[in-house]
Parts: sequence; C-alpha cells; structure tokens
Amino acid sequence: MAALTAVPLLAILGEVLLRGYHQLSWAFFTEPTPTAYKAMKAIEAGEPIPGGIANGIVGTMIMLGMAVIVAVPLGILCGAFLAENSKNRFAQFVSYLTDLLQGTPSVIIGIITYIWVVVPMKGYSAIAGSVALCIMMVPLIVRSTEETLKILPASLKEAGLALGGNKARVMMRVQLPAAFGGIFTGILLAVSRVIGETAPLMFTALGCSLIRFSVDKPISAVPLLIWEFFNDPNLQELIWGASLFLLLFVLALNLTAKYLAKKWNQ
Amino acid sequence: MESVIPILEFKKTCVSYTKQTMAVKYVSAAIERNTITAIMGPSGCGKSTLLRAVNLMHSLYQNIRVDGEILLNGENILSMEPIDVRRRVGMVFQRPAPFPTMSIYDNVLSGFSLNGIKLSKAEKDTTVEHCLKSVALWDEVKDVLNKKGTFLSGGQQQRLCIARALAMKPDVLLMDEPTSALDPIATKHIEELLLDLQKEVTILIVTHNMGQAKRISSKSMFMYLGELVEYGDTETMFTNPIDERTKAYLTGKMG
Ligand SMILES: Nc1ncnc2c1ncn2[C@@H]1O[C@H](COP(=O)(O)OP(=O)(O)OP(=O)(O)O)[C@@H](O)[C@H]1O
Ligand SMILES: [Mg+2]
Repeated sequence: MAALTAVPLLAILGEVLLRGYHQLSWAFFTEPTPTAYKAMKAIEAGEPIPGGIANGIVGTMIMLGMAVIVAVPLGILCGAFLAENSKNRFAQFVSYLTDLLQGTPSVIIGIITYIWVVVPMKGYSAIAGSVALCIMMVPLIVRSTEETLKILPASLKEAGLALGGNKARVMMRVQLPAAFGGIFTGILLAVSRVIGETAPLMFTALGCSLIRFSVDKPISAVPLLIWEFFNDPNLQELIWGASLFLLLFVLALNLTAKYLAKKWNQ
Repeated sequence: MESVIPILEFKKTCVSYTKQTMAVKYVSAAIERNTITAIMGPSGCGKSTLLRAVNLMHSLYQNIRVDGEILLNGENILSMEPIDVRRRVGMVFQRPAPFPTMSIYDNVLSGFSLNGIKLSKAEKDTTVEHCLKSVALWDEVKDVLNKKGTFLSGGQQQRLCIARALAMKPDVLLMDEPTSALDPIATKHIEELLLDLQKEVTILIVTHNMGQAKRISSKSMFMYLGELVEYGDTETMFTNPIDERTKAYLTGKMG
C-alpha cells in the first residue's frame, strides 16, 4: 500500500526532473523571464532559451515574506486563544470559522482579495498577493499552534501558574517555547501549502517580466510564471525548470518540517 | 486563649469536581509555622485535591468548586487574587517538571520572570547560587548552569524545582508526593533537605510512604474518603492512633 502512494509522487518527480534538469543553470535563477521574441530567436538558432525565473523567485519570496510576517503572529495568537479556551462559546465559533476558511477554495480567496485590496488600491500589487497568501496561511498556523499547545502536559502550565505567573506570561515564556517545534513545523507546512498557489495570485499580483522589489506594483511569482510559460508557445520549454524549482522547494520544506517534528518529539 | 495566628488554617474546606460528590469534605485544621505536616491516606481520598486548593490551582478549571475558608496568615485566600496567593505558596509536583526550554539558571529565576520582576545580573547570580545551595545542588551544577534543566537526573530535577519554588521566598511550600518518582538515595537527599528547609518555610507534603512521614514530619493528617479523620503529632498518630481507620491504614490493613 505504501508503495502505491509512492508511485505517483516518484512518477511526477521523475517526469519533472527529466524535462527540467537541463535548464537549471546560474542564469536560470538570476535572470528574469526572456521576451517571447528573444526566446523565439534562440529556438530558431537551436540554442537554449536565455533568461530565467528570477523575477518569479523574487516575487514569491517577497509575497511569502510579507504574508508570513502577518500570518505567524496572528495565527499563533489565535491558536493560543483557542487552545486555552476550548470550552468558551466564542472560541468554538472561531474554531469553526477556521475550519471553513481552511476549506475555502483558493480561487475565491483570490477574487475576494481582488475586491478588498486590488480595487481600493487601484492596481495589482505584491501587497494584494501577500494578503491572499496570508489569508490562506492563517488557518493552517492556527490549527497547528492549537494542536501543539493542547498536547503539552498540563503540568507544564500548572507549574508556571503555581509560581505566580499570569496566563499571558506563562503562555509566552513556558507554553509557546515548549511548543516551538510543532508551531515551526506548522509554519513550514503552511508555507509549502501556499507557495504553489496560482489562482489567488492571478487576481492580485498579476505578474511582471521584470525583477521587482516594490510592493505596490504588479509582481511575478513562480507558479504564475509556469502558467504564463504554458500560454506562450515560445516559452513552453521553461515550464519544466520552473516546476522543478517549485517542487524541490516544497519537498525541502516538507522534509525539514518532518525532521524538526521528529527531533522535537524525542 | 492564645492568639497566635496559624500560618495556614483550613476551615470547613470543601472541594467538589462534580455537583453530586465532594472530593474533600469539611476539612478543618490549623497548620503550625515552620513545621512539616504530612498528609496521608489511601489513593483517591482527596490529598492532592486538598493540597491544590491551597494555591488556588482549582480556580484554573471552571467546574471545580471550593467552599469554606482557607486562611493564610489569617486572610482568606479564596477571596484573594490567585496570583498573590501563588507567590506566597509554592508548589512542587509529583513528576519533576523543570521548564524544558529554560537553562538551569533560568529555571531557578523563572518565578521572577513569570511575575515580570526584573533583577540585576548581580541579584540574579546571588539568587541562583543561594537557592541552588539551599537545595544542595550548587556543587553538582555550578559549571553547567547554562544547560537545560532536563539534562539532570530525576532527583536533581526535583531539587531544581524546589529551588525554583524557594526563590520566590514562599511562606508555605506544597509538595505532592515529591519523591514518588525517585530512587531511595535521591529520596533520602530530598528528605534531609526538607528537614533543613523547615526553618525557612512551612511544608505541607502528601506522601504514600509512611516511613517518610515518620522520618520528616512533626504533624500528620490522615484522610479517608475526603474527610480529615485524624490530625495531630506524627509520633502519637503512629504509636497511638485514635481512629480505627487510621489504625487500619497505618498497620497496612487498608489501602
Ligand atoms: N480532575 C478531576 N475531575 C474529577 N474528579 C477528580 C479529579 N481529580 C480527582 N478527582 C477525584 O477526586 C477524588 C480525590 O482525588 P485526589 O487526586 O485528590 O486523590 P489523592 O488522595 O491525591 O489520590 P492519590 O494518592 O492516588 O494521588 C478521587 O475520587 C478522584 O477520582
Ligand atoms: Mg494525589
């Protein structure tokens, strides 16, 4: 049975690896997307397509970074609240909303963010993209924080409170540090969940062929590039390099998360 | 009439976990200052429940009720702020539980940091040294103060937890079977330590080990089904118990 689940994963990995590995070069990671014209010329001359996906990598990192900065404290705060007040009506309601948010299709989160952020800001931007990613990450972080805090032994919290600490300090100095491993693993998994999201970014970040560091202008992202490459016959070759990069990144995040979780449980 | 206020006094103290039953029933007793009082009784008789009432641990859980009065220096703790009570009443748990993410040094000082009390580096150093010396742990750990407390042996961890509680200079120290997870040598260490510490702090200790009660306590309580059956001098209780149930328990015919 275990082999059965391994087959599709290995097949996908193999396919992407075979098609994509020859594109991985220094330039692929440091240069922006070539124009369709340049790509066409290269193809006609039988040379490899110039340029790379640096604009996408930079955009992805900027948007993820901003999303993480907001989603992590928000998610941890909310998760701590849920773990401490599981009998409270309001907490149960929030917990239910978290489940719903987690199950909301990403395309809907994209269109909502478009209305909430892109329209008022009068334009697509990295900010809008990060808002969409942030909304998707929060429920994941809330859940992992809550679960990790709940499995800590009650004696830990009681020992902290028995010394006269108030609940907030005991949470900050005793419970959250003890839960760090689980929470960090949850953050990595949340990042790996949203890093490949394409639909919400189409409504918010839009895409851009330049390497850009400004947060109020349209920006590219690796999954957006894959979609763009697919739609441009001259650029289709680049799909595989970009896919390979994304796949390896997610795999690395997952393995790190697994390793940390295991190390922490010892 | 003598008018010395006992350090701790139970007055018709009741604790219930559910509406129907009481785990501790109308316990009344005055605890003498700078003594070790042992609480004995068969499993489930309410020893831990009574102990945890003293530092208001029960107030953490919504459906637990505590009734009657518990006076600390004459003041009813049930109407005090839990934080104020817990600063004056330390607790040591059955399983040694140093904070796993803190160093030995920070564990000793954790009471201060959890109360938001800032100390200078010099104050910290002297507090750590003093507290670890008073639990006879200083010589063993003075070179590894920055290591995690969880690297220590069980007995050392428990002494660290006692040091952590003592750092706050409590009036009363509650101990719930503090040696039941330890080997005989570590147990002996802690017993000697407690005999020494009663000069500074009044100790209330739950124990299943009658030998231990005999060795260290001057007063003993015997509880049965939530009631305080007998309370008096340890020696009298062991040699000449008044109640049949106490006798049965102490002679091993019960529990
Ligand atoms: N959290 C709880 N919820 C409901 N009932 C409880 C709870 N804790 C203890 N009790 C009940 O209260 C009674 C007294 O329990 P307590 O833990 O005080 O006993 P004890 O004397 O400390 O026993 P032991 O020697 O086994 O530690 C028992 O009948 C127990 O089942
Ligand atoms: Mg008990």
